[in-house]
Amino acid sequence: MRESTLWVLHIFAGAIILVLLGLHMFIMHLDEVLGVLGIGYSEPIASESVFARSEQAFFMVTYILLLGAALYHGLYGFRNMLFELTLPKAAETFINWSFTLVGLGLFAFGTYAAIFVFAAKFAKEI
Amino acid sequence: MVQNSKFRNNKLGLWGWLGGGRFGAERYAYALHRLSGLGILAYFIMHIFVTGTRIGGLESWQTAMNKFATPFFKFGEFLVFLAFAYHALNGIRLAITELGFGLGRPQRPVFPYKSSVIHQRPLFIAVMILAAIIMVFGGADFYLIK
Repeated sequence: MRESTLWVLHIFAGAIILVLLGLHMFIMHLDEVLGVLGIGYSEPIASESVFARSEQAFFMVTYILLLGAALYHGLYGFRNMLFELTLPKAAETFINWSFTLVGLGLFAFGTYAAIFVFAAKFAKEI
Repeated sequence: MVQNSKFRNNKLGLWGWLGGGRFGAERYAYALHRLSGLGILAYFIMHIFVTGTRIGGLESWQTAMNKFATPFFKFGEFLVFLAFAYHALNGIRLAITELGFGLGRPQRPVFPYKSSVIHQRPLFIAVMILAAIIMVFGGADFYLIK
């Protein structure tokens, strides 16, 4: 893929992260402040709350979307920083492949976990 | 955007990552943007594995959470929150300027010079103030409000 396309995807992924991670941070880490304002999500890190969210399709889908966008944005950004060191061509190829494989592996694991917990709800109901 | 290394030779090494020379506050903000990004990436990879413990059920998740319920990890989490606030707000500035907004119109280099860096300074100050406000709210949430 062309470098300019990868760069545009990097910025696009950043925009997705800004929205989804922004929501995540506000819900999870500004809960007390939001609670004072009367708009908080009570006890967001409590186990029951975590599993209640995980069993909702909306959270499962947004979690996977955020996972993919964040992995791409982070690993591509890190790759660019390493490439600035003007490494030998073989090292750049190694970085490209290893980052791609690591990214795909982490995405597969995170997606599996999200779908597994979501599907477990239906297993319980059956 | 990165071109293949055969086209140029970066002799700055790691200083190229961290240093801004005389390019001003925006360049150092960019260096800090990348450092905070690396921190967030490291945390995020750990976070994927931690949240993956949900596969083991409620008990497995609770065991993992208990391991991290220490002041050390709480402070680490707070640092990640600070990094997020900075990286997100500065990232908005970088995306805006990357798309060519807020830089002013091109001008002939006639004295007194007006650089695009000076032109975007108000945007830089605005996002830093916003980031600082979110950081203060985060600090209150982590340590003050119970």
